[in-house]
Amino acid sequence: MIKGYAAKFLDVNLSAGTIKETGFTDEVLKDYVGGRGLAAKILWDRLGDKWEKVDPLGPENLLLLLTGPLTGYFPGGRTCVSGKSPQSNGVVGSTLSGEFGVELRCAGYDGVIVSGESEKPVYLMIKDFDVELRDAGHVWGKDGKQTVAVLTRECRELLNKRYRQFGEWKEPAMLYVGPAGENKVRTAVVMTKWSHAAGYGGYGAVMGSKKLKAVVVKGTGPLPEAADLDKVKSLIKSVCSEVYEGEMWRRWGTGGGGYYFGAKSSSEPVRNWQEEWHDEKGFGVDKFENRLWVKQYWGDFGCPTTCLKLAVVRSGKYKGAITDNPDYEMQAYLGTNLGIFVPEENVFLTSLVDDLGLCGIQTGSVMGFAAELFQRGILTKEDVDGLKLKWGNTDAFAALVKKIAFREGIGDVLAEGTYRAALKIGKMKKKDLLRYVVHSKGISIGAHGTRSGKDFPEIISYACGVQGGDHTSLTGLPLERNSELMEILNDSGVFCSFNSFSGPQNAKFGFYTAVTGLKLTRKEWCRTRAMKTLQLQRAMLLLGGPDAKWDPRVDDDNPPRFYEPLPSGPEKGKTTDRKAVEKYKQRYYRAVGWDKYGIPTSEALVKLGLKDVDVALEKVRKRIRLNE
Amino acid sequence: MTPKKEPIWIARELPRCSGCRKCEIACSLFHEKRIWPDASMIRVFMLVPGLEFPHFCAQCEDYPCVKSCPVDALSISKKTAAVLVDNEKCIACGKCIDACPGRIPHMHPKEKHIVICDLCDGDPQCVKVCQEGSWNVLRIVKRRDETAYKLYARKPDEITRDLAARFYGDQGEEYL
Repeated sequence: MIKGYAAKFLDVNLSAGTIKETGFTDEVLKDYVGGRGLAAKILWDRLGDKWEKVDPLGPENLLLLLTGPLTGYFPGGRTCVSGKSPQSNGVVGSTLSGEFGVELRCAGYDGVIVSGESEKPVYLMIKDFDVELRDAGHVWGKDGKQTVAVLTRECRELLNKRYRQFGEWKEPAMLYVGPAGENKVRTAVVMTKWSHAAGYGGYGAVMGSKKLKAVVVKGTGPLPEAADLDKVKSLIKSVCSEVYEGEMWRRWGTGGGGYYFGAKSSSEPVRNWQEEWHDEKGFGVDKFENRLWVKQYWGDFGCPTTCLKLAVVRSGKYKGAITDNPDYEMQAYLGTNLGIFVPEENVFLTSLVDDLGLCGIQTGSVMGFAAELFQRGILTKEDVDGLKLKWGNTDAFAALVKKIAFREGIGDVLAEGTYRAALKIGKMKKKDLLRYVVHSKGISIGAHGTRSGKDFPEIISYACGVQGGDHTSLTGLPLERNSELMEILNDSGVFCSFNSFSGPQNAKFGFYTAVTGLKLTRKEWCRTRAMKTLQLQRAMLLLGGPDAKWDPRVDDDNPPRFYEPLPSGPEKGKTTDRKAVEKYKQRYYRAVGWDKYGIPTSEALVKLGLKDVDVALEKVRKRIRLNE
Repeated sequence: MTPKKEPIWIARELPRCSGCRKCEIACSLFHEKRIWPDASMIRVFMLVPGLEFPHFCAQCEDYPCVKSCPVDALSISKKTAAVLVDNEKCIACGKCIDACPGRIPHMHPKEKHIVICDLCDGDPQCVKVCQEGSWNVLRIVKRRDETAYKLYARKPDEITRDLAARFYGDQGEEYL
């Protein structure tokens, strides 16, 4: 048995109402580790042969909540949420911070595999090996903060009653969906602790489609035993002491970005990416810090950075809004991207999006898209239910966000996410609206543009990544330093990539060995293990279906807007070089073993022992050739 | 430097707590040789997000827990003033939990004895990690007889209510 694992997984079938335990061979755990990698493996094994027919929002899809051997050991534990994505129709390993993963491992499980669909709303409660499905009728329809309050109280009372002799119980950890997930909004997220979300992928809709409101867990055991605890301790120390050096990073978190990426690097979405530059000093991090942050260092289990900040609006029209930071992505997508440059308004919208259980990036993207159509007269006031969708009109966007969460009026169309909404509205208006959509593979792109060349994504990062527009899984060359193979380790580990990049660069390999007892080098990781996950994810992305199928010749590309010249700011006129993209893309394809169309080659797959994937991809090869 | 001869106390500034739980990690690594949050002598409660705080023995002036023990399993350390648990003697009856105004002691999750902060024999590990990361929620001070330490033995729900008022004002009640 490999060290560092509880080596047990819960297998919950909501249609049948059954709860079983399951496990994986050492071989599988060695290759796929946990989290994102294991998600790809489980999905391929269970759904691979019918992948194109599996409706992401139907009972056949799986919802996976997975940890990894490093969860709780590597500073900053996370949990990976996955399944067939209702956004990309492939697989996204979407991770979120919080104590859920640690509690689950202390309960004796490495993960939860949820299949089927419940008839009535339920939640799953795990207390060590006591696991039960409980009625969630009373929290169905409730927003995030209400759900957390009711279920924390209820489950703690239950623990205090059932296990009175223990003393005072701490709160159990909880993953949940808000109303948006219940209503199968494709931009819905799985959340924890009010404001943390597994954003990319749309797994809130998957969880909601299964009528699973929450998973609550209290584990009283230790973390699964590590192979070399002394080594783990010294590694924790070395990561932490390096992180402690980054004073401003700790102080501001990503919240410094709302001003920085606009004013300094011209790479922030402004008014649906029509611009990427602004110099709004009123949106500076100091404004958030001095006016709104009531707790400057806020974090989760084991984190040395505590990059979160607790923001509370204490006065004025938006009094009562609470969220974290907002972090850079929220400052951008629920701020500048909507023409909003007032910190209080940004906190208010972010808090609302949290409460409804929506992804701030995907929802900010689809609202920015709608506002641009409004600006261009493509969508009229009647089309948007009488809302004045002007840039900076926070109240109109707040009304729109509720319509999206409850699928009312125009909200029902926008609830499909930007890519699908563009197709629907385009059909209605008889116009090609994809030119205004900033996405890759159905996933709206994170708030870091490529045009100025001054931000960290590369020109093929979004185009070739197996998680589409996900800015937390950017790819590029060389593979061993700059590709998403490294993110696959973070997301399979499962731990925080921030503490990974701000600590010693090889620490995660050392951690893996110290916890599991298995050797792992960067080279081996990139050539074999991570490559298996990458190829599985690529294969399922290309198979896609039923409602979206990608053609890599067209879809392995940046959105059209990334080729328009920047219209303003010091980087005015700069844009992404299309020829350079094409050249870089082909180099990347070769490096990862894909043919000139971006399809994994038989040779590469067979070498990795993925012959069944090769056979399945014949369908894709035929489809591409047919269209040639 | 930690004063070795005089008893110490861990001063605590709860509103500063980041919720990083490094104190739980350090405590359980030291006492259990495992990362084991529920066996930790210091436990971070988060009954409402944003309102995290460490909950651990305040060494009340009158030590009601020690007085409540029917088998003399609890004693007061002469060196540190900490409450010491004799795990062999402890019958896990839970009387000390009820006697504590803050219901701070809790059962060991696997073994049959109570868990109470022992101040690591004068060199508390939780304080070290809290200071290393400069959160400074915890700080070692000299123990003075006149201080009302008992005020810090409050129930988690009560502390949460107070922090809710501080951070979330009127609407704090909604989240309890």
